[in-house]
Amino acid sequence: MSDHSKSSPLPKYFAVWIALLVCTFLTYKAAYLDLGRFNALVALGIATFKATLVTLFFMHVWHAGEKLVKLVVISTLFFFLLLLALSMADYGTRLWS
Amino acid sequence: MSDSSTSNSSLAGLQHSEPLGHGKHHPELLHHFADVQQQRNSASLGMWVFLATEVMFFGGLFCAYLIYRLAYFGDFAAASKSIDATLGATNTAVLICSSLTVVLAVWAAETARRTLLIGSLILTMLLGLAFLGIKGKEYKDKFDEHHVPGASFSFENVPVPGHPGQYANPQHAEIFFALYFVMTGLHALHMVIGLGIFTWLLIMAWKGRFTPQYNTPVEIGGLYWHFVDLIWIYLFPLLYLIDRHL
Repeated sequence: MSDHSKSSPLPKYFAVWIALLVCTFLTYKAAYLDLGRFNALVALGIATFKATLVTLFFMHVWHAGEKLVKLVVISTLFFFLLLLALSMADYGTRLWS
Repeated sequence: MSDSSTSNSSLAGLQHSEPLGHGKHHPELLHHFADVQQQRNSASLGMWVFLATEVMFFGGLFCAYLIYRLAYFGDFAAASKSIDATLGATNTAVLICSSLTVVLAVWAAETARRTLLIGSLILTMLLGLAFLGIKGKEYKDKFDEHHVPGASFSFENVPVPGHPGQYANPQHAEIFFALYFVMTGLHALHMVIGLGIFTWLLIMAWKGRFTPQYNTPVEIGGLYWHFVDLIWIYLFPLLYLIDRHL
């Protein structure tokens, strides 16, 4: 937090902001194109890219002084994916018997 | 018992040069922290752990959405197409702009720019209110169309996109709208709480409480606001966009 205060972070913030707005426009436009099964993939891919930008640069995880913050972020992601994976493993296999 | 009290006092002696008063260190530094930086890191870590619980909180709803969406694909597509994607996209842009004003506020607090700090906080709150206003317009449309789950819910004769001659099952569509209202409603509640936090930050900033040494509340409040933005970044494609092409 203090080690990168020499150079102003403002250009970075504005670049991230522009990138987020461009991505929003792209995902809105892409939603009306028929990409078959890739529509959901493109929408979620762009959302994940935007979420990564916000987490890393707006929430300062990239420059976090504490490694523990990065650990919390990664374990949050892990447990959320675990929730989805185990639930889908259940509902996805109920018709097997 | 006596063990812990002796170790406590020796720790206190290590962390703060005596006398143990407010004279020698920053007035906002609490006694159980070694220095301002450690206090700041602890607060930030605590906020991240709270956000982890929030992810799991919303995560259950996202999981429910995923399960029902896979089960009732066509009905969800029909229901999803009835909400206004342009309003949703506008709200996404509004929230992204508010995230920018939040990082500007955090930067202004760290670099002692009082006018920019107060201006950014006010702008963030105005954008938050604009978001809630647009959200309210969406909710009103849904009320007018009888798409709110409950006794007056009606979703008759709505064709399933991509399947000519098929009509959406109203009960399955009602599940979509229940998820829509719970997820966006919970998100909107977080926005209202965020507005409360930012009102308090604005008062503190007005009183000149934040300095380059002490601006943890701005940073922590900012993390909360960005998190609410993050949730919307996923709600927007999942609820509004996914079935537009059909």
